[in-house]
Amino acid sequence: MKVLTSFKNGLLVLYFEGELDHHESRDVAQRLERILEEYLPRDCAMDLSGLRFMDSSGIAVILRVYRRMKEMGGRAWVENPGTQPLRVLDASGIDRVVKINVSEGVRS
Amino acid sequence: MNTKNYIRLEFPSQSVNEGFARGAVACFAAQLDPTLEELGDIKTVVSEAVTNCIVHAYPDTLGKVLVKARILEENTLELVIRDWGRGIPDIEKARQPMYTTGGADRSGMGFTIMESFMDSLRVRSAPGKGTTVTLRRKISLRSGRL
Ligand SMILES: Nc1ncnc2c1ncn2[C@@H]1O[C@H](COP(=O)(O)OP(=O)(O)O)[C@@H](O)[C@H]1O
Ligand SMILES: [Mg+2]
Repeated sequence: MKVLTSFKNGLLVLYFEGELDHHESRDVAQRLERILEEYLPRDCAMDLSGLRFMDSSGIAVILRVYRRMKEMGGRAWVENPGTQPLRVLDASGIDRVVKINVSEGVRS
Repeated sequence: MNTKNYIRLEFPSQSVNEGFARGAVACFAAQLDPTLEELGDIKTVVSEAVTNCIVHAYPDTLGKVLVKARILEENTLELVIRDWGRGIPDIEKARQPMYTTGGADRSGMGFTIMESFMDSLRVRSAPGKGTTVTLRRKISLRSGRL
């Protein structure tokens, strides 16, 4: 899985691309933690529009980013999940903790 | 129920095989003409069950993982994921949402997702002997299809 970033006015956007499963998740979690240390953002959006597949290992990764941002006094949310990742997000009930913004027209 | 077709996949519990297992089962299931959403659900549950073998059944060794997929009558797909690892001492507890013995790397939502994406989930396990997870899902018959 690839992670691309953009940073503007304190908002860090993390673009997840590819497949996020257990095989990828430990390495991805470490990369994300390093990125957060580097930018120290005020807010962090995780953009999942480029994510083709995610399972519950991805839920743990998203929660880690969310908790780290809270520790730093910031906010974090999820944007634009495609069909399969959205089904997993919904089934996990993570939306009770982390906000999920679904924009129209984004479907993978 | 009669078996109309089946595959068996056996591999060592290396995490690189997670993607292979869900991809192979999805290819096999394609003959049931599932929707994209159904195919996504099938990939997801295979990923969950196989990951559990890799992470929990064999935490610090490599062991054997067996995945069987069968096509039964009434357009039903059955998946059996089996390991010969540590086993689950309390299955009812393990199936609770957010229950995990895996720490911050895990979410404890694997069984919950398997249960909500499939029509049925059965878990059989014996400590020290291994675990067998059996999942079934009837694939919708779409109009315009014979
Ligand atoms: N194949 C298995 N072998 C041994 N223990 C298992 C197995 N599958 C699941 N478990 C146990 O059940 C718990 C819950 O599993 P699951 O719902 O997939 O969540 P997670 O994998 O995130 O911990 C695991 O933490 C583990 O203790
Ligand atoms: Mg699991």
